[in-house]
Amino acid sequence: MALAQADVLAGLQEIVEEVAGIPAASIEMDKNFTEDLEVDSLSMVEVVVAAEERFGVKIPDEAVTDLVTVGDAVNFIINAAK
Amino acid sequence: MSISVPTMGNSAILSVGSYRPKRLVPNSEIVDRIDSNDEWIQQRTGIQSRRIAADDETVITMAQAACESALKRATLTMSDIDTLILATISYPYQAPSAATELINVLGNPKAAAFDISAACAGFCYGVAMASDLVRAGTSKNVLVVGVEKLSDYTDPNDRATAFIFADGAGAVVIGRSDHAGIGPVAWGSDADSRDAILLNPPYTDFKKSPTRGVADLGWPNISQQGQAVYRWAVFTVSKVGLRALEAAGVSVDELGAFIPHQANMRIIESMAKEIKLPSSVVIADDIRVNGNTSAASIPLAMDVLLQAHPELHGELALLIGYGAGLVYAGQVVQLPPAP
Repeated sequence: MALAQADVLAGLQEIVEEVAGIPAASIEMDKNFTEDLEVDSLSMVEVVVAAEERFGVKIPDEAVTDLVTVGDAVNFIINAAK
Repeated sequence: MSISVPTMGNSAILSVGSYRPKRLVPNSEIVDRIDSNDEWIQQRTGIQSRRIAADDETVITMAQAACESALKRATLTMSDIDTLILATISYPYQAPSAATELINVLGNPKAAAFDISAACAGFCYGVAMASDLVRAGTSKNVLVVGVEKLSDYTDPNDRATAFIFADGAGAVVIGRSDHAGIGPVAWGSDADSRDAILLNPPYTDFKKSPTRGVADLGWPNISQQGQAVYRWAVFTVSKVGLRALEAAGVSVDELGAFIPHQANMRIIESMAKEIKLPSSVVIADDIRVNGNTSAASIPLAMDVLLQAHPELHGELALLIGYGAGLVYAGQVVQLPPAP
């Protein structure tokens, strides 16, 4: 099932806000998880697992390190759902 | 013609004892070497300090002290022990086992004794086997000891692991009981992820290349994929806790304490959340002060928890061990009575 970018971004914003306490409005496509949003490596794992459940996709451990920006995660999820 | 076997009985933890190395190493002593800082380490692991053994605090001397403490508290002597199970990954001899050296120094060289290699799950594996041995009538009193000198297998310059691992020993005596004091074990492996925690290279590399030393080949220090281990521990191993509770017929509301392997405070807190432990359950957090001691961490945490919370003697606790393999084991136990 194809996912719309806006829907995935909105879902990720909710997840990152829940996991890391970062206001959803500041979670934009070009933001770097580590440097801009200060989501550390372990919180990133929680974001990934929550995203898997929410969007019904698999995000393997080896792919997590490539998810540098919010946009990387949004695009990975969209492609994985195709 | 028939074979005669003992009737199945019950088992319980009769006592716990532990030994911590004298030297406490705070984060401030190691941060410069790994270009890190106290806040970063505490935020990711909860660790403020760790115990590091001196040269004369060996796997055997630490295990001996822990066992002697457990025996004293159970008002037993080594002659009452017919079986000793020792869990470790840091005994530097392939054979004879650490367990046989230990029974010898403890003064009962005739007991059955063997080592098990189940890394950070080793203590819970040992408790499961000891409980079944006692229940089946094979053994009367079993010493289960988890002991590690992980400082021998930790790279002090590795930014990912140098601040995590520590040394120490913890032991329990498991014996017969008039009631079930140890629940069924929930255990297993995820061996398809065995690369997530490794001790490489194998010692045989040194024999194959006798002219190349440790400086060239490296040393079998622990390496781990932090994110993969965190994900596995929180989202897979937590379910093992639920399986152990179900197998024992115990609800989370009946627990007095949660004593998981002391790997990382973030893992422990996330596990408690996944298992939905009520706030009434006391959560062991020995890792904050004493670091991750692999097979020794659960009995070490149990001992310190009972000293801080004497009201927990006799209460139910959920134990979960998990680590390199990847392997896991969990059980509900009744904490030993006050000595």
